Amino acid sequence: MIGYKKKDESKLHLLTEASLKEIDVWINKYPADKKQSAVMSALRIAQDQNRGFLTEDLMDAVAEYLDMRPIAVYEVATFYSMYELEPVGKHKIYVCTNISCMLCGSDTVVGHLSKKLGINLGETTVDGRFTLKEVECLGACVNAPVMQIGDTYHENLTEEKIDQVIDALD
Amino acid sequence: MANIEINGKPLQVADGAMVIEAADNAGITIPRFCYHKKLSVAANCRMCLVEVDKVAKPVPACATPVTDGMKIFTKSPMALDAQKSVMEFLLINHPLDCPICDQGGECDLQDIAVGFGQGISRYHEAKRVVADKNIGPLIATEMTRCIHCTRCVRFGQEVAGIMELGATGRGENTRIGTYVERTVASEMSGNVIDLCPVGALTSKPYRYTGRPWENNQSKSIAAHDCVGSNIEIETRRNKVMRFLPDDNEAINEIWLSDRDRFSYLGLKHVDRLQSPMIKQGDEWKETDWQTALNYAFEGLKTVIKKEGVENIGALVSPSATVEEMYLAQKLMRAIGSNNIDHRLRQADFSDQDIAPQFPALGQSLTDLENNNAILLVGSWIRKDQPIIAHRIRQATRKGAKVMSVNAVDFDFNFPIEEKVITSPAQMVDSLAAITKALLTLTGKPAAEGLDDLLSNVKVSDAHSEIAKKLHGAEKATVILGTQAMLQPQLADLRALANVIAELSGAVMSTLSDGANAAGAWLTGVVPHRTCGGEAIVEKCGKNASEMFVSGMNAFVLLDVEPEFDTANPSVAMKAVNDADFVISMTPYVTEEMKAYADVLLPVSPSSETSGTFVNAEGTWQSFAGAVTPLAETRPAWKVLRVLGNIFEVDGFDYITSEDVREEAKQQAGTLNTSNKMQWRCPSSLAKSTDAVNRIGLLPIYAVDGVVRRSEALQQTDDAIPACVIINADLAKQNNIQDEDNIVVAQNDVKLTLRVHIEDSIPNNCAVIPQGVQGVEGFDAAYSEITLSTKS
Repeated sequence: MIGYKKKDESKLHLLTEASLKEIDVWINKYPADKKQSAVMSALRIAQDQNRGFLTEDLMDAVAEYLDMRPIAVYEVATFYSMYELEPVGKHKIYVCTNISCMLCGSDTVVGHLSKKLGINLGETTVDGRFTLKEVECLGACVNAPVMQIGDTYHENLTEEKIDQVIDALD
Repeated sequence: MANIEINGKPLQVADGAMVIEAADNAGITIPRFCYHKKLSVAANCRMCLVEVDKVAKPVPACATPVTDGMKIFTKSPMALDAQKSVMEFLLINHPLDCPICDQGGECDLQDIAVGFGQGISRYHEAKRVVADKNIGPLIATEMTRCIHCTRCVRFGQEVAGIMELGATGRGENTRIGTYVERTVASEMSGNVIDLCPVGALTSKPYRYTGRPWENNQSKSIAAHDCVGSNIEIETRRNKVMRFLPDDNEAINEIWLSDRDRFSYLGLKHVDRLQSPMIKQGDEWKETDWQTALNYAFEGLKTVIKKEGVENIGALVSPSATVEEMYLAQKLMRAIGSNNIDHRLRQADFSDQDIAPQFPALGQSLTDLENNNAILLVGSWIRKDQPIIAHRIRQATRKGAKVMSVNAVDFDFNFPIEEKVITSPAQMVDSLAAITKALLTLTGKPAAEGLDDLLSNVKVSDAHSEIAKKLHGAEKATVILGTQAMLQPQLADLRALANVIAELSGAVMSTLSDGANAAGAWLTGVVPHRTCGGEAIVEKCGKNASEMFVSGMNAFVLLDVEPEFDTANPSVAMKAVNDADFVISMTPYVTEEMKAYADVLLPVSPSSETSGTFVNAEGTWQSFAGAVTPLAETRPAWKVLRVLGNIFEVDGFDYITSEDVREEAKQQAGTLNTSNKMQWRCPSSLAKSTDAVNRIGLLPIYAVDGVVRRSEALQQTDDAIPACVIINADLAKQNNIQDEDNIVVAQNDVKLTLRVHIEDSIPNNCAVIPQGVQGVEGFDAAYSEITLSTKS
């Protein structure tokens, strides 16, 4: 009510040793007083260690490690589509629907995936295997339409190619 | 200096200035939403796009520094086209609800849309809708109207110290908020209402009550702390509608604390006294002024005849105007009594004879920002004087180190480098320890008696760090805060704080409660000094505490509610109830007043009278009444003038309040802003006892009758209720749980209060606020108490 509130319990322990080490690699790429430059990498690393999505506590841990205000980290995490703030499926399917992909048939890609997986954009299959998500330009316009699954780009998509790719996943 | 040209007009501008600053200084208007001269540059609204010669695309004027030879066009086809296009984008999602929007008429978006918007919208798709946020009783939100200028976010981070606000999401999904549900509480929060260029953040109490073009503005001075913030009182048909800040770079810049902004709600409280009243037998009767004043005169005359003039006393609110104060003391002294005081909450008067001319900041408010080290002693400056805290916060942003010696580990909105949190009594020991560390550090000789006093004092690391930081700073200040001024150890704290300031070469500042304690000291509203500061040796009057303790046969009260406004309400209430005759000049009437008073005279709050406040810098600021007084209410200076006439005292033939002020100012003499005092060694240091000590904190929204009656302020989290706050150790010792109701006993008075457990309270101490509803009639603000779980 009147008193100085001690900072909430440290949440640093939520980041694994390996994650911290990896974040350090990124911190070292920037000037010593510009630690916050590593925030995007740090969030990606934190997300990878947590089955592909970020929690509020993990974002707080990143903020603490990089000496940032928590809201500044939330701002970054909510801005970029590659950060997930809700639990996601084992395979994240990012479909680009920006102009080049749209002209080359991303609507068909989305329609086929929806039908095949039985989910709409932004949803996860009941078995927790797939999450389907619409993203902005993936920078591969030259081979549109494009989707990204995990770290792999799949380009020049057709319905057959999509079936092949999805069926090959575990 | 850079030579530039804007719209063909040659200008000389400081290097590094932004184009928009150069244009503003030259009186050339560039439309803008996100840019604000008091905040950092965000350049995210793009409304200020202008054309620059030899630059292919339009550039934002707020984020483009001038360079020599730059040619800028703010009204060229390219610039106008860009501005109009930005306007069209901004209006895409903005609702067309101006007719029901409170910002209408004072809306940047509305104004600029008239100049740059199109009559017809080309947008036919769905508009976005954003859920509103509940950010308390002061600010209404309508987030669908938000255009994401982020002024509120930057204000939070850069000025108020609200670090939780941000802009999350992206593009159309951007939201201003906290992301995680968090309370955003600040004593300066109302400023986002002024900053918001649209109707997303508006004043909740003012909502749907009026349009700005219907209001008249009059300049005035805020009446709730010793800063003297400049305000504009907006009125309509002789009613106060709202308070807004008035620009004054030397004092409040463009800001206003929530207390000063929303206190106006208390002005229209149902408690307002409408006409003079007199008590005949046990019946209260409304009457006219002549009858009431004659009744008052006769009553006082009878007491003087029977008991002698030394048995009447006058108590004046520390927030009364200079004119009221001057006339009150002139009248009292003319009829032969020096029993007059404004230090109603003060508990220690032992150093009053050597006290400085007035409690002064000792420097200008702008200078405060240039300090490198500041020591706060007994001050919750963030709540006591929010505008001064803002200046200190700006100093910390430039690297100043702030340290604190306090009885509560207060929540501040700037970092505290070193702190010592002890019981109120042991704060003296802490200052002694800092003094000892400074003596060692400087090698300077100790003042008389100091060596003996310090012989057994232990210097901790925190003490010596504070000493080091103060001593090492180029410019330092020791602030004796409002909470310290009310402690019973005032004289010792003040003496040692002075020594610390002297040894470290720091400026000594004292910050009083009330809006005009400075004016009170200068005009002689103290029992031992005249207007002008001359000591009264013979027939020295009684101070506030003495008047209450010994009791008086008659009291004259000016805007005083003894149950809230005094250091020891139970003693004060007994004194006024036991007195034969009590005149209360007051804007409000309460049941308590009707019990103890004999005459009630309705006098104006500061919005209804002309007057003057002297702030902590020593600046005299006069104002005119914004509205005519309510019903039969009259300005107190006029009431006192007429009383003077009835008493047939010479020199009460003033025509205007300016006459009174000029006389007071002339008599008050030259201002001395130094707080330097003659050295008087504290007799001893605190003895440790096992007793539980009350800390009678004065909360931000308990300071005076107007603030206490502002409903919106009382609903905020800062309005600390009657409760007892202790730490976990003390709770455990007494077997008390959080939220328990326990019985607190102080001398003979017992109260049942809700417990809050906080780690910020030192051992064996209990914060029980003073001045709040529910502890009226309780005993001394600082004294021993007992806690028990049984009634």
